[in-house]
Amino acid sequence: MNDAIELSRMRDTDFTAAVDAQSGQRISTCYQCGNCTAGCPAGFVYDLQVNQVMRGVQLGLKNKVLNSRSIWMCLSCSTCSQRCPNNIDVAGVMETLRHMARKEGIVTVPKVDKFWTSFLATVRKYGRTYEIGTMVLYMLRSMRVFTDVDLAPAALAKGKLGFKPHKTPEEGAEAVGRIFKRYQERANRQGVRA
Amino acid sequence: MKIAYYPGCSATGSSADYEKSTQAVCAALGMQMEEIRGWSCCGSTPAHAVDTQLSGALSARNLDLAARQKADMVLTPCPSCLSNLRHAAKRLENPEFRAGVNELLDEPLSENLPETLSVMQGIARAYDTDAIAARVRKPLAGLKLAAYYGCLMSRPHEVMEFGDPENPTLMESLLTACGAEMVDFPLKTECCGASYGIPERAMTARLTGRILNLATMLGVDAVVVACPLCQMNLDLRQQQAAKEAGVAFSMPVLYYTQLMGIAFGLAPSALGLDKLCVSADNLLRKLDQPAAYSKAPEGDKA
Repeated sequence: MNDAIELSRMRDTDFTAAVDAQSGQRISTCYQCGNCTAGCPAGFVYDLQVNQVMRGVQLGLKNKVLNSRSIWMCLSCSTCSQRCPNNIDVAGVMETLRHMARKEGIVTVPKVDKFWTSFLATVRKYGRTYEIGTMVLYMLRSMRVFTDVDLAPAALAKGKLGFKPHKTPEEGAEAVGRIFKRYQERANRQGVRA
Repeated sequence: MKIAYYPGCSATGSSADYEKSTQAVCAALGMQMEEIRGWSCCGSTPAHAVDTQLSGALSARNLDLAARQKADMVLTPCPSCLSNLRHAAKRLENPEFRAGVNELLDEPLSENLPETLSVMQGIARAYDTDAIAARVRKPLAGLKLAAYYGCLMSRPHEVMEFGDPENPTLMESLLTACGAEMVDFPLKTECCGASYGIPERAMTARLTGRILNLATMLGVDAVVVACPLCQMNLDLRQQQAAKEAGVAFSMPVLYYTQLMGIAFGLAPSALGLDKLCVSADNLLRKLDQPAAYSKAPEGDKA
Protein backbone atom coordinates (compact mmCIF):
# COMPACT_ATOMS: atom_id res chain seq x y z
CA MET A 1 0.00 0.00 0.00
CA ASN A 2 2.91 2.34 -0.51
CA ASP A 3 1.58 3.50 -3.85
CA ALA A 4 -0.45 6.67 -3.85
CA ILE A 5 -4.09 5.93 -3.22
CA GLU A 6 -6.61 8.10 -5.01
CA LEU A 7 -9.56 7.73 -2.67
CA SER A 8 -12.02 9.80 -4.65
CA ARG A 9 -11.59 7.38 -7.53
CA MET A 10 -10.82 4.05 -5.84
CA ARG A 11 -13.17 4.10 -2.90
CA ASP A 12 -16.01 1.58 -2.95
CA THR A 13 -18.19 2.13 0.12
CA ASP A 14 -20.54 -0.69 -0.89
CA PHE A 15 -17.62 -3.06 -0.48
CA THR A 16 -17.00 -1.88 3.09
CA ALA A 17 -20.68 -2.37 3.92
CA ALA A 18 -20.75 -5.80 2.28
CA VAL A 19 -17.75 -7.02 4.28
CA ASP A 20 -19.38 -5.77 7.49
CA ALA A 21 -22.64 -7.51 6.64
CA GLN A 22 -21.12 -10.83 5.56
CA SER A 23 -18.61 -11.08 8.39
CA GLY A 24 -20.94 -9.69 11.06
CA GLN A 25 -18.16 -7.37 12.22
CA ARG A 26 -17.92 -3.59 12.58
CA ILE A 27 -14.66 -2.96 10.79
CA SER A 28 -14.91 0.80 11.33
CA THR A 29 -13.94 0.15 14.97
CA CYS A 30 -10.41 -0.90 13.95
CA TYR A 31 -8.02 1.84 15.08
CA GLN A 32 -4.87 0.30 13.60
CA CYS A 33 -3.12 -0.76 16.80
CA GLY A 34 -1.35 -3.52 14.87
CA ASN A 35 -1.88 -6.31 17.41
CA CYS A 36 -3.23 -8.57 14.65
CA THR A 37 -0.13 -8.10 12.54
CA ALA A 38 2.23 -8.50 15.51
CA GLY A 39 0.81 -11.92 16.37
CA CYS A 40 0.18 -13.29 12.88
CA PRO A 41 2.22 -16.47 12.25
CA ALA A 42 1.78 -16.17 8.49
CA GLY A 43 2.64 -12.47 8.18
CA PHE A 44 6.05 -13.25 6.74
CA VAL A 45 4.47 -14.56 3.54
CA TYR A 46 1.80 -11.81 3.26
CA ASP A 47 1.87 -9.03 0.68
CA LEU A 48 -0.49 -6.90 2.78
CA GLN A 49 -0.22 -7.24 6.56
CA VAL A 50 -3.47 -7.95 8.42
CA ASN A 51 -3.85 -4.39 9.71
CA GLN A 52 -3.34 -3.14 6.14
CA VAL A 53 -6.08 -5.46 4.95
CA MET A 54 -8.36 -4.06 7.66
CA ARG A 55 -7.48 -0.51 6.63
CA GLY A 56 -8.08 -1.39 3.00
CA VAL A 57 -11.57 -2.62 3.85
CA GLN A 58 -12.30 0.57 5.81
CA LEU A 59 -11.21 2.64 2.82
CA GLY A 60 -13.23 0.54 0.39
CA LEU A 61 -10.18 -0.53 -1.63
CA LYS A 62 -11.90 -3.59 -3.02
CA ASN A 63 -9.48 -4.50 -5.79
CA LYS A 64 -6.44 -4.10 -3.61
CA VAL A 65 -7.85 -6.28 -0.85
CA LEU A 66 -9.48 -9.02 -2.94
CA ASN A 67 -6.32 -9.38 -5.04
CA SER A 68 -4.00 -9.76 -2.07
CA ARG A 69 -2.18 -13.04 -1.45
CA SER A 70 -2.70 -12.62 2.26
CA ILE A 71 -6.36 -13.67 2.26
CA TRP A 72 -5.27 -17.05 0.81
CA MET A 73 -2.31 -17.56 3.11
CA CYS A 74 -4.20 -16.88 6.36
CA LEU A 75 -4.01 -20.00 8.52
CA SER A 76 -7.30 -19.30 10.35
CA CYS A 77 -5.52 -19.65 13.70
CA SER A 78 -7.55 -16.75 15.16
CA THR A 79 -4.62 -15.23 17.07
CA CYS A 80 -5.60 -11.85 15.59
CA SER A 81 -9.24 -12.20 16.67
CA GLN A 82 -8.15 -13.20 20.17
CA ARG A 83 -5.90 -10.18 20.59
CA CYS A 84 -8.03 -7.48 18.95
CA PRO A 85 -8.77 -4.85 21.61
CA ASN A 86 -12.02 -3.98 19.82
CA ASN A 87 -13.21 -7.59 19.64
CA ILE A 88 -13.23 -7.71 15.87
CA ASP A 89 -13.12 -11.29 14.60
CA VAL A 90 -10.26 -10.41 12.26
CA ALA A 91 -9.78 -14.02 11.12
CA GLY A 92 -13.48 -14.07 10.27
CA VAL A 93 -13.00 -10.94 8.15
CA MET A 94 -10.06 -12.59 6.34
CA GLU A 95 -12.26 -15.61 5.66
CA THR A 96 -15.11 -13.41 4.40
CA LEU A 97 -12.70 -11.68 2.00
CA ARG A 98 -11.51 -15.04 0.69
CA HIS A 99 -15.11 -16.12 0.13
CA MET A 100 -15.85 -12.88 -1.73
CA ALA A 101 -12.75 -13.20 -3.90
CA ARG A 102 -13.46 -16.88 -4.73
CA LYS A 103 -17.06 -16.19 -5.65
CA GLU A 104 -15.88 -13.50 -8.06
CA GLY A 105 -13.30 -15.89 -9.49
CA ILE A 106 -10.31 -13.97 -8.09
CA VAL A 107 -7.80 -16.58 -6.92
CA THR A 108 -4.42 -15.03 -6.23
CA VAL A 109 -2.79 -18.20 -4.86
CA PRO A 110 -4.22 -20.97 -7.08
CA LYS A 111 -2.30 -23.85 -5.49
CA VAL A 112 -4.00 -23.25 -2.14
CA ASP A 113 -7.42 -23.17 -3.79
CA LYS A 114 -6.56 -26.31 -5.76
CA PHE A 115 -5.59 -28.13 -2.59
CA TRP A 116 -8.91 -27.25 -0.98
CA THR A 117 -11.01 -28.22 -3.98
CA SER A 118 -9.09 -31.50 -4.35
CA PHE A 119 -9.83 -32.27 -0.71
CA LEU A 120 -13.51 -31.43 -1.11
CA ALA A 121 -13.77 -33.49 -4.30
CA THR A 122 -12.84 -36.63 -2.35
CA VAL A 123 -15.30 -35.77 0.42
CA ARG A 124 -18.01 -35.26 -2.18
CA LYS A 125 -17.35 -38.68 -3.64
CA TYR A 126 -16.75 -40.79 -0.53
CA GLY A 127 -18.30 -38.77 2.30
CA ARG A 128 -14.97 -38.87 4.11
CA THR A 129 -11.51 -37.56 3.33
CA TYR A 130 -9.37 -39.85 1.24
CA GLU A 131 -5.81 -38.75 1.85
CA ILE A 132 -4.00 -40.35 -1.10
CA GLY A 133 -6.87 -39.39 -3.39
CA THR A 134 -6.56 -35.77 -2.28
CA MET A 135 -2.81 -35.77 -2.92
CA VAL A 136 -3.11 -37.34 -6.37
CA LEU A 137 -5.86 -34.94 -7.43
CA TYR A 138 -3.90 -32.00 -6.07
CA MET A 139 -0.72 -33.02 -7.90
CA LEU A 140 -2.62 -33.34 -11.16
CA ARG A 141 -4.53 -30.09 -10.81
CA SER A 142 -1.57 -28.04 -9.65
CA MET A 143 0.97 -29.77 -11.95
CA ARG A 144 3.17 -30.15 -8.87
CA VAL A 145 3.70 -33.88 -9.24
CA PHE A 146 6.64 -34.09 -6.86
CA THR A 147 4.83 -32.55 -3.89
CA ASP A 148 6.03 -34.25 -0.72
CA VAL A 149 7.57 -37.26 -2.49
CA ASP A 150 10.35 -37.02 0.11
CA LEU A 151 7.77 -37.97 2.72
CA ALA A 152 6.42 -40.97 0.87
CA PRO A 153 8.88 -43.58 2.22
CA ALA A 154 8.23 -42.69 5.87
CA ALA A 155 4.51 -42.21 5.35
CA LEU A 156 4.20 -45.58 3.67
CA ALA A 157 6.47 -47.45 6.08
CA LYS A 158 4.45 -46.16 9.02
CA GLY A 159 1.13 -46.92 7.36
CA LYS A 160 0.22 -43.23 7.55
CA LEU A 161 -1.74 -43.22 4.32
CA GLY A 162 -4.77 -45.32 3.59
CA PHE A 163 -4.71 -46.63 0.04
CA LYS A 164 -8.35 -47.48 -0.01
CA PRO A 165 -10.95 -44.74 0.25
CA HIS A 166 -13.24 -45.03 3.27
CA LYS A 167 -16.70 -44.73 1.83
CA THR A 168 -19.14 -43.53 4.44
CA PRO A 169 -21.51 -46.37 5.39
CA GLU A 170 -25.28 -46.17 5.91
CA GLU A 171 -25.78 -44.23 2.66
CA GLY A 172 -23.70 -41.44 4.21
CA ALA A 173 -21.54 -40.95 1.13
CA GLU A 174 -24.64 -40.41 -1.01
CA ALA A 175 -26.09 -37.96 1.54
CA VAL A 176 -22.86 -35.95 1.53
CA GLY A 177 -22.81 -36.02 -2.28
CA ARG A 178 -26.29 -34.46 -2.27
CA ILE A 179 -25.12 -31.66 0.09
CA PHE A 180 -22.44 -30.76 -2.47
CA LYS A 181 -24.90 -31.04 -5.35
CA ARG A 182 -27.36 -28.63 -3.73
CA TYR A 183 -24.50 -26.29 -2.81
CA GLN A 184 -23.34 -26.29 -6.43
CA GLU A 185 -26.86 -25.68 -7.73
CA ARG A 186 -27.32 -22.78 -5.34
CA ALA A 187 -24.04 -21.21 -6.45
CA ASN A 188 -25.13 -21.62 -10.08
CA ARG A 189 -28.46 -19.91 -9.36
CA GLN A 190 -26.60 -17.05 -7.70
CA GLY A 191 -24.16 -16.86 -10.58
CA VAL A 192 -21.09 -17.28 -8.35
CA ARG A 193 -18.23 -19.75 -8.32
CA ALA A 194 -18.97 -22.70 -5.99
CA MET B 1 -25.18 -39.35 30.06
CA LYS B 2 -25.02 -40.90 26.60
CA ILE B 3 -21.83 -40.01 24.72
CA ALA B 4 -21.59 -40.15 20.94
CA TYR B 5 -18.12 -40.47 19.42
CA TYR B 6 -17.02 -38.67 16.26
CA PRO B 7 -13.58 -40.03 15.20
CA GLY B 8 -12.95 -37.72 12.24
CA CYS B 9 -11.44 -38.83 8.93
CA SER B 10 -7.79 -38.79 9.95
CA ALA B 11 -8.62 -41.51 12.50
CA THR B 12 -9.10 -43.86 9.55
CA GLY B 13 -5.72 -42.98 8.02
CA SER B 14 -2.89 -40.70 9.08
CA SER B 15 -3.76 -40.65 12.78
CA ALA B 16 -4.73 -44.27 13.30
CA ASP B 17 -2.41 -44.21 16.33
CA TYR B 18 -4.38 -41.37 17.92
CA GLU B 19 -7.58 -43.32 17.36
CA LYS B 20 -6.12 -46.50 18.79
CA SER B 21 -4.68 -44.84 21.89
CA THR B 22 -7.85 -42.78 22.46
CA GLN B 23 -9.95 -45.94 22.41
CA ALA B 24 -7.48 -47.78 24.66
CA VAL B 25 -7.31 -44.99 27.26
CA CYS B 26 -11.08 -44.46 27.34
CA ALA B 27 -11.62 -48.21 27.71
CA ALA B 28 -9.06 -48.37 30.52
CA LEU B 29 -10.96 -45.61 32.32
CA GLY B 30 -14.29 -47.31 31.69
CA MET B 31 -15.64 -44.46 29.57
CA GLN B 32 -18.50 -45.58 27.31
CA MET B 33 -18.78 -43.96 23.89
CA GLU B 34 -20.94 -44.93 20.94
CA GLU B 35 -19.60 -44.08 17.48
CA ILE B 36 -21.98 -41.97 15.38
CA ARG B 37 -23.38 -44.37 12.79
CA GLY B 38 -22.73 -43.20 9.24
CA TRP B 39 -20.65 -40.20 10.32
CA SER B 40 -19.10 -38.18 7.51
CA CYS B 41 -16.35 -35.58 7.07
CA CYS B 42 -16.88 -32.20 8.82
CA GLY B 43 -15.30 -30.53 5.76
CA SER B 44 -12.23 -29.50 7.77
CA THR B 45 -10.41 -26.31 6.73
CA PRO B 46 -11.21 -26.55 2.99
CA ALA B 47 -14.99 -26.38 3.53
CA HIS B 48 -14.99 -23.32 5.77
CA ALA B 49 -12.34 -21.68 3.61
CA VAL B 50 -14.73 -22.01 0.67
CA ASP B 51 -18.17 -21.41 2.19
CA THR B 52 -19.53 -21.11 5.73
CA GLN B 53 -22.86 -22.78 4.98
CA LEU B 54 -21.25 -25.70 3.16
CA SER B 55 -19.04 -26.21 6.22
CA GLY B 56 -22.11 -25.83 8.45
CA ALA B 57 -24.08 -28.47 6.54
CA LEU B 58 -21.23 -31.01 6.43
CA SER B 59 -20.67 -30.57 10.18
CA ALA B 60 -24.30 -30.37 11.28
CA ARG B 61 -25.22 -33.58 9.46
CA ASN B 62 -23.13 -35.39 12.07
CA LEU B 63 -24.65 -33.52 15.01
CA ASP B 64 -28.07 -34.46 13.68
CA LEU B 65 -27.11 -38.14 13.46
CA ALA B 66 -25.89 -37.91 17.06
CA ALA B 67 -29.19 -36.31 18.11
CA ARG B 68 -31.09 -39.18 16.44
CA GLN B 69 -28.93 -41.60 18.43
CA LYS B 70 -30.24 -39.75 21.51
CA ALA B 71 -26.75 -38.62 22.49
CA ASP B 72 -26.40 -35.98 25.21
CA MET B 73 -22.89 -35.08 24.13
CA VAL B 74 -20.51 -35.64 21.22
CA LEU B 75 -16.80 -36.20 21.84
CA THR B 76 -14.13 -35.94 19.18
CA PRO B 77 -10.36 -36.31 19.45
CA CYS B 78 -9.57 -33.91 16.57
CA PRO B 79 -9.42 -30.13 17.24
CA SER B 80 -10.26 -29.31 13.62
CA CYS B 81 -13.44 -31.43 13.77
CA LEU B 82 -14.16 -29.92 17.20
CA SER B 83 -13.79 -26.42 15.82
CA ASN B 84 -16.07 -27.10 12.85
CA LEU B 85 -18.75 -28.88 14.87
CA ARG B 86 -18.78 -26.14 17.53
CA HIS B 87 -18.74 -23.32 14.97
CA ALA B 88 -21.66 -24.95 13.15
CA ALA B 89 -23.66 -25.31 16.37
CA LYS B 90 -23.02 -21.68 17.28
CA ARG B 91 -23.95 -20.36 13.83
CA LEU B 92 -27.11 -22.48 13.75
CA GLU B 93 -28.47 -20.32 16.57
CA ASN B 94 -29.05 -17.76 13.81
CA PRO B 95 -32.37 -18.73 12.11
CA GLU B 96 -31.24 -17.38 8.75
CA PHE B 97 -28.08 -19.50 8.83
CA ARG B 98 -30.06 -22.55 9.94
CA ALA B 99 -32.49 -22.11 7.03
CA GLY B 100 -29.57 -21.87 4.58
CA VAL B 101 -28.00 -25.03 5.98
CA ASN B 102 -31.32 -26.89 5.94
CA GLU B 103 -31.62 -26.12 2.23
CA LEU B 104 -28.42 -28.10 1.66
CA LEU B 105 -29.50 -31.13 3.72
CA ASP B 106 -31.89 -33.99 2.89
CA GLU B 107 -34.05 -33.17 5.91
CA PRO B 108 -34.16 -30.19 8.26
CA LEU B 109 -31.96 -30.51 11.34
CA SER B 110 -33.34 -31.62 14.69
CA GLU B 111 -34.25 -28.67 16.89
CA ASN B 112 -31.84 -29.63 19.67
CA LEU B 113 -28.37 -30.79 18.79
CA PRO B 114 -25.94 -32.20 21.37
CA GLU B 115 -22.89 -30.17 22.42
CA THR B 116 -19.49 -31.25 21.13
CA LEU B 117 -16.44 -31.40 23.38
CA SER B 118 -12.95 -32.76 22.89
CA VAL B 119 -12.26 -36.25 24.20
CA MET B 120 -9.73 -34.54 26.50
CA GLN B 121 -12.49 -32.44 28.08
CA GLY B 122 -14.73 -35.51 28.24
CA ILE B 123 -12.08 -37.42 30.19
CA ALA B 124 -11.42 -34.48 32.52
CA ARG B 125 -15.14 -34.00 33.22
CA ALA B 126 -15.68 -37.65 34.06
CA TYR B 127 -12.47 -38.26 36.00
CA ASP B 128 -10.70 -35.83 38.32
CA THR B 129 -6.93 -35.91 38.63
CA ASP B 130 -7.13 -38.25 41.64
CA ALA B 131 -9.12 -40.74 39.57
CA ILE B 132 -6.57 -40.50 36.74
CA ALA B 133 -3.68 -40.92 39.20
CA ALA B 134 -5.41 -43.97 40.68
CA ARG B 135 -5.39 -45.65 37.26
CA VAL B 136 -1.63 -45.11 36.77
CA ARG B 137 0.45 -48.32 36.82
CA LYS B 138 3.71 -46.96 35.48
CA PRO B 139 4.19 -43.30 36.48
CA LEU B 140 5.79 -41.01 33.92
CA ALA B 141 8.24 -39.94 36.65
CA GLY B 142 11.45 -38.51 35.24
CA LEU B 143 9.87 -37.48 31.94
CA LYS B 144 9.95 -33.82 31.05
CA LEU B 145 7.25 -32.95 28.52
CA ALA B 146 5.99 -29.92 26.60
CA ALA B 147 2.23 -29.73 26.00
CA TYR B 148 1.49 -28.27 22.57
CA TYR B 149 -2.19 -27.57 21.83
CA GLY B 150 -1.92 -25.93 18.43
CA CYS B 151 -4.14 -23.07 17.36
CA LEU B 152 -7.61 -24.56 17.00
CA MET B 153 -8.32 -26.21 20.34
CA SER B 154 -8.65 -23.02 22.37
CA ARG B 155 -9.51 -20.34 19.81
CA PRO B 156 -11.70 -18.45 19.28
CA HIS B 157 -12.52 -18.53 22.98
CA GLU B 158 -16.23 -17.67 22.58
CA VAL B 159 -16.71 -20.78 20.46
CA MET B 160 -14.22 -23.25 21.91
CA GLU B 161 -14.47 -22.51 25.66
CA PHE B 162 -11.33 -24.48 26.34
CA GLY B 163 -9.89 -22.49 29.23
CA ASP B 164 -7.44 -19.64 28.67
CA PRO B 165 -7.27 -19.21 24.87
CA GLU B 166 -3.52 -18.57 24.94
CA ASN B 167 -2.60 -20.69 27.92
CA PRO B 168 -4.77 -23.79 28.18
CA THR B 169 -3.59 -26.20 30.88
CA LEU B 170 -5.83 -29.25 30.64
CA MET B 171 -3.19 -31.49 29.07
CA GLU B 172 -0.75 -30.52 31.81
CA SER B 173 -3.30 -31.50 34.49
CA LEU B 174 -3.85 -34.93 32.96
CA LEU B 175 -0.16 -35.68 32.41
CA THR B 176 0.94 -34.31 35.78
CA ALA B 177 -1.58 -36.73 37.30
CA CYS B 178 0.30 -39.42 35.37
CA GLY B 179 3.55 -38.38 37.03
CA ALA B 180 5.22 -36.34 34.27
CA GLU B 181 6.98 -33.02 34.72
CA MET B 182 5.40 -30.43 32.42
CA VAL B 183 7.47 -27.45 31.32
CA ASP B 184 6.11 -23.99 30.57
CA PHE B 185 5.82 -23.93 26.80
CA PRO B 186 5.23 -20.40 25.49
CA LEU B 187 4.49 -21.58 21.94
CA LYS B 188 1.76 -23.97 23.10
CA THR B 189 -1.01 -22.32 21.08
CA GLU B 190 1.04 -21.01 18.14
CA CYS B 191 0.01 -22.36 14.74
CA CYS B 192 2.03 -25.26 13.27
CA GLY B 193 1.28 -24.27 9.65
CA ALA B 194 -1.72 -26.56 9.39
CA SER B 195 -2.54 -28.02 5.98
CA TYR B 196 -0.23 -25.55 4.22
CA GLY B 197 2.49 -28.24 4.51
CA ILE B 198 1.27 -29.42 1.11
CA PRO B 199 0.87 -26.22 -0.98
CA GLU B 200 3.29 -23.99 1.00
CA ARG B 201 5.88 -26.23 2.57
CA ALA B 202 8.34 -23.45 3.47
CA MET B 203 5.83 -21.66 5.64
CA THR B 204 4.88 -24.79 7.59
CA ALA B 205 8.53 -25.83 7.92
CA ARG B 206 9.40 -22.47 9.45
CA LEU B 207 6.52 -22.56 11.93
CA THR B 208 7.15 -26.16 13.04
CA GLY B 209 10.88 -25.40 13.21
CA ARG B 210 10.26 -22.73 15.86
CA ILE B 211 8.23 -25.13 17.97
CA LEU B 212 10.75 -27.97 17.67
CA ASN B 213 13.62 -25.61 18.35
CA LEU B 214 12.10 -24.33 21.59
CA ALA B 215 11.25 -27.86 22.72
CA THR B 216 14.84 -28.92 22.03
CA MET B 217 16.25 -25.94 23.95
CA LEU B 218 14.03 -26.74 26.92
CA GLY B 219 15.44 -30.28 26.94
CA VAL B 220 12.10 -32.07 26.94
CA ASP B 221 11.77 -35.78 26.22
CA ALA B 222 8.80 -35.24 23.94
CA VAL B 223 6.28 -32.74 22.63
CA VAL B 224 2.77 -33.84 23.50
CA VAL B 225 -0.05 -33.04 21.08
CA ALA B 226 -3.80 -33.47 20.71
CA CYS B 227 -4.17 -32.76 16.99
CA PRO B 228 -3.57 -35.12 14.04
CA LEU B 229 -2.32 -32.33 11.79
CA CYS B 230 0.04 -30.87 14.42
CA GLN B 231 1.39 -34.39 14.98
CA MET B 232 1.98 -34.95 11.28
CA ASN B 233 3.64 -31.58 10.80
CA LEU B 234 5.92 -31.97 13.82
CA ASP B 235 6.74 -35.67 13.37
CA LEU B 236 6.47 -36.78 9.71
CA ARG B 237 7.64 -33.35 8.52
CA GLN B 238 10.36 -32.96 11.18
CA GLN B 239 13.18 -33.37 8.66
CA GLN B 240 11.65 -30.70 6.40
CA ALA B 241 11.64 -28.35 9.40
CA ALA B 242 15.24 -29.28 10.23
CA LYS B 243 16.33 -28.60 6.66
CA GLU B 244 14.62 -25.20 6.64
CA ALA B 245 16.13 -24.29 10.03
CA GLY B 246 19.57 -25.69 9.14
CA VAL B 247 19.73 -27.77 12.33
CA ALA B 248 19.04 -31.38 13.31
CA PHE B 249 15.99 -32.31 15.34
CA SER B 250 15.27 -35.57 17.09
CA MET B 251 12.15 -34.82 19.04
CA PRO B 252 9.47 -37.47 19.64
CA VAL B 253 5.95 -36.09 19.16
CA LEU B 254 3.33 -38.16 20.95
CA TYR B 255 -0.40 -37.84 21.40
CA TYR B 256 -1.42 -37.19 25.01
CA THR B 257 -3.44 -40.40 24.84
CA GLN B 258 -0.30 -42.38 23.99
CA LEU B 259 1.42 -41.00 27.11
CA MET B 260 -1.60 -41.63 29.31
CA GLY B 261 -1.74 -45.16 27.90
CA ILE B 262 1.94 -45.71 28.75
CA ALA B 263 1.24 -44.48 32.29
CA PHE B 264 -1.77 -46.80 32.54
CA GLY B 265 0.55 -49.69 31.70
CA LEU B 266 -1.09 -50.44 28.32
CA ALA B 267 0.96 -52.29 25.67
CA PRO B 268 2.84 -50.09 23.17
CA SER B 269 1.10 -51.99 20.37
CA ALA B 270 -2.31 -50.93 21.77
CA LEU B 271 -1.16 -47.31 21.60
CA GLY B 272 0.22 -47.29 18.05
CA LEU B 273 3.70 -46.22 19.17
CA ASP B 274 5.15 -48.01 16.13
CA LYS B 275 3.51 -45.34 13.91
CA LEU B 276 5.75 -42.55 15.20
CA CYS B 277 8.40 -41.40 12.72
CA VAL B 278 10.68 -40.13 15.49
CA SER B 279 10.85 -43.15 17.79
CA ALA B 280 9.71 -43.03 21.41
CA ASP B 281 12.07 -45.87 22.38
CA ASN B 282 14.47 -43.65 24.36
CA LEU B 283 11.59 -42.24 26.31
CA LEU B 284 10.30 -45.74 27.11
CA ARG B 285 13.78 -46.88 28.16
CA LYS B 286 14.04 -43.90 30.47
CA LEU B 287 10.81 -44.96 32.17
CA ASP B 288 12.09 -48.52 32.55
CA GLN B 289 15.40 -47.45 34.12
CA PRO B 290 14.54 -44.29 36.03
CA ALA B 291 17.53 -44.69 38.38
CA ALA B 292 20.09 -44.35 35.63
CA TYR B 293 18.69 -40.98 34.64
CA SER B 294 17.35 -39.19 37.69
CA LYS B 295 18.96 -40.69 40.76
CA ALA B 296 22.62 -40.57 39.75
CA PRO B 297 23.48 -36.99 40.75
CA GLU B 298 22.07 -37.39 44.27
CA GLY B 299 23.87 -40.72 44.57
CA ASP B 300 27.17 -39.02 43.78
CA LYS B 301 26.67 -36.40 46.44
CA ALA B 302 25.91 -39.01 49.08
